[in-house]
Amino acid sequence: MNPQASTSPLSYDVVIIGAGPAGMAAAHRAARHQLNVLLLDEQPEVGGQIYRSINSTDPQREAILGPDYRHGHALAAQVAEHVAAGRLTYWPNTAVWQVDTDKTLHVLRDNRPVTVQAQAIIVASGAMERPFPVPGWTLPGVMTAGAGQILLKSASLVPSEPVVLAGCGPLLYLLAVQYLRAGVKIRAILDTTAGTDWKLAWRHGRGLLKGWRYAHKGLSMLREIKNAEVPFYRGIEDLRLEGTDALERVRFSADGRQHSLDAKLCLLHQGVVPNTQITWSLRAEHEWDTDQLCWVPTLTEWCELSVPGIYVAGDGASIGGALVAALQGDLAALGVLRQLNPTGHAGLSQEAATLRAEIASHLAIRPFLNRQYRPRDAFRIPEDDVLVCRCEEVTAGSIREQVALGCTGPNQTKSFSRCGMGPCQGRMCGLTVTEVIAQASGQSPQDVGYYRIRPPIKALTLGQLAQIDP
Amino acid sequence: MQTTDVIVLGGGLVGSAVAYGAACGGARIIQLDEGDNALRASRGNFGLVWVQGKGLGLAQYARWSLESSRLWPQLRDSLLEETGVDVQLNQRGGYHICLNEQEVKTRIERLQWLQDHVGADDYPFQILNPADVRDDLPGLGPEVAAVSYTPMDGHVNPLKLFHALHVANQQRGVRYMPCTPAVSIQWQSGTFTVHTPRGQFQAPRLVIAAGLANQTLCAEVGMYVPVRPNKGQVLITERLAPLLRCATNYVRQTDEGTIQIGDSMEDVGYDDMVRAPVNTEIAARAVACFPALRHAKIVRTWAALRIMTPDGFPIYQESEQCPGAFVVTCHSGVTLAAQHALRVAPWVMGGERPPLLDAFPATRFNPDTKFAHYGR
Amino acid sequence: MVANALFVRLPAQRGSDASPPTVSVFLNDTPLALPADTSLAAGLLAAGVTRFRNATVSGAARAPYCMMGVCFECLVEIDGVPSQQACLVRPREGMRIRTMDTLPGMVFPEGGEVRRATRSANGDTP
Repeated sequence: MNPQASTSPLSYDVVIIGAGPAGMAAAHRAARHQLNVLLLDEQPEVGGQIYRSINSTDPQREAILGPDYRHGHALAAQVAEHVAAGRLTYWPNTAVWQVDTDKTLHVLRDNRPVTVQAQAIIVASGAMERPFPVPGWTLPGVMTAGAGQILLKSASLVPSEPVVLAGCGPLLYLLAVQYLRAGVKIRAILDTTAGTDWKLAWRHGRGLLKGWRYAHKGLSMLREIKNAEVPFYRGIEDLRLEGTDALERVRFSADGRQHSLDAKLCLLHQGVVPNTQITWSLRAEHEWDTDQLCWVPTLTEWCELSVPGIYVAGDGASIGGALVAALQGDLAALGVLRQLNPTGHAGLSQEAATLRAEIASHLAIRPFLNRQYRPRDAFRIPEDDVLVCRCEEVTAGSIREQVALGCTGPNQTKSFSRCGMGPCQGRMCGLTVTEVIAQASGQSPQDVGYYRIRPPIKALTLGQLAQIDP
Repeated sequence: MQTTDVIVLGGGLVGSAVAYGAACGGARIIQLDEGDNALRASRGNFGLVWVQGKGLGLAQYARWSLESSRLWPQLRDSLLEETGVDVQLNQRGGYHICLNEQEVKTRIERLQWLQDHVGADDYPFQILNPADVRDDLPGLGPEVAAVSYTPMDGHVNPLKLFHALHVANQQRGVRYMPCTPAVSIQWQSGTFTVHTPRGQFQAPRLVIAAGLANQTLCAEVGMYVPVRPNKGQVLITERLAPLLRCATNYVRQTDEGTIQIGDSMEDVGYDDMVRAPVNTEIAARAVACFPALRHAKIVRTWAALRIMTPDGFPIYQESEQCPGAFVVTCHSGVTLAAQHALRVAPWVMGGERPPLLDAFPATRFNPDTKFAHYGR
Repeated sequence: MVANALFVRLPAQRGSDASPPTVSVFLNDTPLALPADTSLAAGLLAAGVTRFRNATVSGAARAPYCMMGVCFECLVEIDGVPSQQACLVRPREGMRIRTMDTLPGMVFPEGGEVRRATRSANGDTP
């Protein structure tokens, strides 16, 4: 399928943003139904983050990464086949910097500005790590568990010295297991979940039973870690990362005692949250999810936003994992088919219903996981002297000062403190700021709201914006 | 029911500057504002403290702006002393960039008219070549035909100004109430009662400085105050090394090192979404002015709605029907902040009325007046 | 293995190439060989680089945090163009990389080399 002549913006039936499981599944469905499809990917190859480098991996890495990673092969192969047959246009190395409500997209393709017009858009830009604001979290040598996984998947890189893993959640334990298989020494795992979370989590026991496959996987990971005799501290508090120009030491308290570990690398993780930059920039409706403790876009049963013709699938909608993401990508593509051809496609409603049931079954364990691995208040809402905004170096205390001055939301605190004005455009501080303001002002996070997100979603140069460069 | 000396409707730069001036005069004040998500022109401005070019066709506006720029250091000093916040006033003069010969010609005509009407002593200006101004503005590109310079111009950090006013007002006992917009106003026996979702407020004096809400609110106190939104878009870069010593009409470097680039004027109603084609025009013009900035990263763009009157000039009016109610509206809340704090506030409190305000009554408009973006 | 590098490559599989193809680049004018098939940020970390830039307010050392384009800590100057996310580009033969030690200035392309115009704190040009 060829786009229209280039005097007007390139035109497609559906443009999909993101080539992780949701984006790939949506592309597969759309291509099979002969829609004119464009798949945009910021990375050089498909896979998103969870299946990063799936097309260039090797048996050694696959063995380390585990069986779930291999699910990416089928999706990637489908995409490759459609591309080869001319049924799908795929643009890697492409950053989306503005999406309009009339479904125009402004992108940088290999650093060149291009405008694309769509009839429908599926946002499948996935999740990002929840911020982990503790003292010293901006030091070189402090990274996320996700970063560790990306280095392993995309570059076959592992820590050179014993590494400290800190936080909570299945991804942290998965990384530990992967590192153990790779022969990496783990200095310690500092688990920020307390024993009490387990008891509360069992209230969701029914969900646990339904999602027993996930639970079984979780338990077997923990067993593998235990068998390797990795020092494992539960319910840690007061995590402090120390060093002059780089990380040198990790301090924490556990079981009523102070601990100090020499370390040059500490990987942090306390769950992932939807990356909502694009959906916020559209002024779409969002809700504060009190279970996941993050913002999620409000979606119809067809995955459509409050902005017509724009859909969200995958972890960018709500955290559900890779298998759910693929099912949602499929469902969102069905939503697009329904939009573009309301009377055609017999059996579409039935297929959608089946997908929704499958999604619900996979999500059965989420309430349990959300409760069990709920990041503690102290690690989400830090003390005054901790940096909340990494880019502009603004502390939690400064935000609280602005609340005392009468600021009721993050846009006013941004005006007065510059928190959120840096290049990351609030990705690393937004959730923290919403919660700090909520706590300081006695409002709910829902009422506090979020930053007004404006383009460019990804920074571009003045020359690129002027369409003069490169 | 809460009672006070003055109720200020509006928590932006205009309302906050008037509140500050009144508080300095000892008044008790309640300032009512909307919430975090309101339109807020004050968060979208460029930060120029600008005189040159303003007031074509109405020399009093040129004078009003000129006086404000002369008063500005006093406002800066007073805020610094009271709050410790330095709003970074820079009054080294300003440049207007002309990108072709026709623009130069028009510029000379405009500035000459203004100089003729304001007086050569008070309104000096120069037309200069890019090479002559390399110290102040390095890197002006070959497309720049000429620049006009006046020593009266400058810029300030508008967000620091806004912050400083809030801090100063809080310290002086101004009761700032967010999420408390005025819904209706009654006037009886010299007292105004303002009704809001969070209760009622009473005072003998009322200042309406609520931006685009001014028209509806002023109607409640017998004034016809026509205002319409005028959309402007701005780009801002990452922090850069100190490069530009003076502000220009299109490009200025803030005290934090970021470079702010504008601007545009569009008549599109209440739409404050950023449009890419407008950004492209703004960016292309900035690259024409300073080609060596082409690699600077744009970190954010935004759109804000100016409060525009039919002739583009401010409105300062005390209601004849309901004496004690004042409207203060303009689209240069930064330049005029000094006037608002130091001259308008005392007038609102019953003091001397600045004679120049004769030029800006609300009564110059009626429902048949057409909007023409004239004057700026 | 480079001394001080936080990350090292997994031992290669038996029978396949011992090391991946590399390209020659310059880091702050020092020549360096980096793998061609992985991100610049990954390559620099494995080469022992622990400071990519200085924070713009305090000047504190910063290095990659997320490796996926979200944190904007891995900003470096590439071939004269500042503030590029190293985790989203791959090294190319002859690439000239600089850590962002100071704030970027104006970039004048002249005769293939780029000259930077920066001012000192008191406002004078150097």
